Amino acid sequence: MKSKEPESSAKKKSEKVLKDLRGFGSNLYGQMEKGKFPWVEMPSRSTENIFYSPDVRQYILGDKSVKRSARNIRHIKPFTQMVWAGFFASELVKNRKTSTLRDVYYSAQAYEMSFKDQPESNNIITDLETTTGFAREDFNVFPEERSAIFGDLTIEYTVPGYEGKQLNLTSHPDGVMIGPSLVSSEFAKTGCDKVIAIEKGGLFTRFIEERVHEKFNALLVLTAGQAPRATRHFLNRLNRELELPVFIFTDGDPWGMHIAMVIISGSANAAHLRGLTTPDAKWGGVYATDIVDYKLPSDPLTEVDIKRLHELTKDPRYTGDLWKREIKTFLKIKKKAEQEAFSRYGLTYIVDKYLPAKLEEMAD
Amino acid sequence: MVTFQEISPADFFYRNRDIAGFTNPSRAIFASVRELVENSLDSADQMSITPEVYVRLSEENSGTAAESGNGVYRLKIMDNGSGISARHIPSAFGQVLFGSKYTLKQARGTFGLGGTMAILYGQITTHKPVLVKSSTGTSKIYEYKLMIDIQRNRPLILDRKTRRNKEQWRGTIVEYSLEGDYLRAMSKILEYLKQTALVTPYADIRFVDPKGRLYMFSRATKKMPPPPTETLAHPYGVDVETIQRLIRVTNCRNLLDFMRKHFHRVGQGTSLSFLDFAGFIKAATPQRLKPEDVTKLVETVNKHKKFRKFFSTVSEEEIKASLKKTKSQNMIDFMKASFPNVDRTIILRLLSSAGFVRTKNPRKLKPSEIVRLVRMMKRFPDFLPPDASCLSPLGEDLLRTGILKELKPEFIAVSQRKPSTYAGHPFIVESAIAYGGDIPKKDDFVVYRFANRIPLLYDEASDVSVKVIRSINWRRYKVSSGMPIAILVHVCSTKVPYKTVGKEFIADRPEVKSEILNGIREVARRLQTFLSKQEHRAKEKRRLSVFSKYLPKIARFSTDLAGKEKEPNIELLLKSVSKFEEQGA
Repeated sequence: MKSKEPESSAKKKSEKVLKDLRGFGSNLYGQMEKGKFPWVEMPSRSTENIFYSPDVRQYILGDKSVKRSARNIRHIKPFTQMVWAGFFASELVKNRKTSTLRDVYYSAQAYEMSFKDQPESNNIITDLETTTGFAREDFNVFPEERSAIFGDLTIEYTVPGYEGKQLNLTSHPDGVMIGPSLVSSEFAKTGCDKVIAIEKGGLFTRFIEERVHEKFNALLVLTAGQAPRATRHFLNRLNRELELPVFIFTDGDPWGMHIAMVIISGSANAAHLRGLTTPDAKWGGVYATDIVDYKLPSDPLTEVDIKRLHELTKDPRYTGDLWKREIKTFLKIKKKAEQEAFSRYGLTYIVDKYLPAKLEEMAD
Repeated sequence: MVTFQEISPADFFYRNRDIAGFTNPSRAIFASVRELVENSLDSADQMSITPEVYVRLSEENSGTAAESGNGVYRLKIMDNGSGISARHIPSAFGQVLFGSKYTLKQARGTFGLGGTMAILYGQITTHKPVLVKSSTGTSKIYEYKLMIDIQRNRPLILDRKTRRNKEQWRGTIVEYSLEGDYLRAMSKILEYLKQTALVTPYADIRFVDPKGRLYMFSRATKKMPPPPTETLAHPYGVDVETIQRLIRVTNCRNLLDFMRKHFHRVGQGTSLSFLDFAGFIKAATPQRLKPEDVTKLVETVNKHKKFRKFFSTVSEEEIKASLKKTKSQNMIDFMKASFPNVDRTIILRLLSSAGFVRTKNPRKLKPSEIVRLVRMMKRFPDFLPPDASCLSPLGEDLLRTGILKELKPEFIAVSQRKPSTYAGHPFIVESAIAYGGDIPKKDDFVVYRFANRIPLLYDEASDVSVKVIRSINWRRYKVSSGMPIAILVHVCSTKVPYKTVGKEFIADRPEVKSEILNGIREVARRLQTFLSKQEHRAKEKRRLSVFSKYLPKIARFSTDLAGKEKEPNIELLLKSVSKFEEQGA
């Protein structure tokens, strides 16, 4: 087992968050002390400033920046909201409380800072992310949890009341929810040598029942559809801190393929953030070619599916041979298949035959 | 068998009372109040006395009108006007089309019809006489009880009394009964009185309605507009009949004098030019000139400085020499040929002074010549426009006073246009725009229309002012619907172009229309400035409120974030917000 990198420390991270937020506040304070209208500059998130960087292997923001100034009548409200959001985040981190975007929306009302609607408050949080360079999870603002993890990883909590307490993630057969406590925990030890991320809950449960974690020495992660940002960050940590290779299994359709891609290369929406991608993760299927090779029961592609495939051909993230080949095959066979389709050959077929074959294929 | 019969004017209006506005019981009671109030105001205006008018309307046989409003009412009007001399009282109230208003100066009434018509209406609906008391401020007050002999258009005097006028009272009281519908006419009567008060801010008007309620419209000023002076007819406005009537009464022996004496703004020069233009001038023939005529011509030149200036080089010998050579048939052409640089009018003046031109005796004009004269009058381009001394517009100050008094607006703009003419009739348009105050917020503007200080309340949609207002793109003036805006248009003229005898709306005369348009535009531009300023102020206020809402919060949260104790001072920042807003504007 590898030693942890120093920067992984969740405690250190929150210290840095607080320090930067203090810096953010001091800067504005200083401007006002000098009799100036406070302002901040941040990278522009408009579409023309979002580029795919092959070097970083994710979307990044370009050189354009925007200035938000309290002097501008149209800026002052969002500006105030952002300062408030910074204040709110620092309170959360200081008091080690967590919150959701929905909470943020309602909390604002207590300060007579009402947001027009949820998207407006979300947007302000994104502004704060862009300005400070931290993800909302770093501010203890979490999405609704729906993804889970199972396998031989022992973590050590940092949340209040559990500090120093350890948990082995095999202790609950349904898996452990990837929530704020897990995300902020430290990795103590692991016996695994790989991570298998699975799109659907049914298959996740089957893998646990079939003891895939033991048979393949793997950590099992349920993404539950498109992986939440906390889960993507967590996968990144598993890959980076524990140097575990990540393999992703999704449905065999353009949407499943894209779930894998977002874990690997991130999304344009998160172009201002780092640490949410796992560029070395690999998509294991279900491939379009699998549908043919395994003669899987399939459904015809819908018009929307086909349109989506055409969009993906123009997407700069889909440049690898594998991706090109699979998109082409989908468009050729015009079929899609779900992960459960393997059950046609018996419930354990996927674990007994398909998974070993795939892992071997990807290890190449 | 067809029978022919003559009917008197009274009979005519009796049979056609609709055209004078006495259409139904509610219109009739409104028209009665209006006609008599107008007479009262006119009689005070003529004397330059600030009018005091008292109107009382009460129910006769009380109770009959209670439910439907339709019943018999007694109307009493009292004023402090000129009063009427004893010998004119019977005719003034008992004879249709008898009056003091057949002159060319501005007054509210024009036909001498309205007041008598009201009394006629009372008589035919109740068969009761009218009581008139009047004094011109002499030692006597005259009281008459009159009825109208409708078929003969003559007053019938039922009773006559003379009282001593101890207090030197001057004025007129008229009291009579009529059938009407007050309940339905009430809103119009009150609106009429309110608008009259608006356009006559120097008048005190009191009204007691049948329920005993007193409405007071008190004067806001003692200033009155200067009274109009009587004026001659303008050549553009006359017809053949007018000329014939003038010929009958004139003592002028030639057309030159006739034109000068009977027409508005026609002097010697204009008269000569016009008659020359119209071909009514007969000039002497050059070939027939005698030596003494030439001497007289040269003498005339030398006698007057105004001619010497133009004909300085003239000598008898030269003229005689050229007379021998000329082929010109008349002296005008001859002179024009000899002095090509001298204006034709000057030549006409010289020849006229020297007695070489003649014009006809107007009495000897043939009918075809009269027609030609009238036609040429309309074509001659150089008549001076009528002056406005015969008009009595309210003036911008009084108009403003009246509007402030009745509407109490936040903003007001008034404009008086320069006098203009249509068909030889002078007119002046006054317009005003008021915003806010007592003016209701409606989708449409409140429009107040006045003609010779009479409020026009009916047929608004047909009126030229309303058409003009509709034709304007109000968004250009920052006006949007729902704003409390009143627009006032006052047309003063010796002859208001009414469409009907009922004096309800003004016809579309292009000249009048364009003056109204320009007047409204002028005040609308000032309203625009006001609205822009107001909008700007509101915007700045909103701006300031945004800054004062958010800046303290920024200060507070930043202080907290930065871990400081004391909040930064943002007073200067807040102050500068309004400052740079002004600079930006």
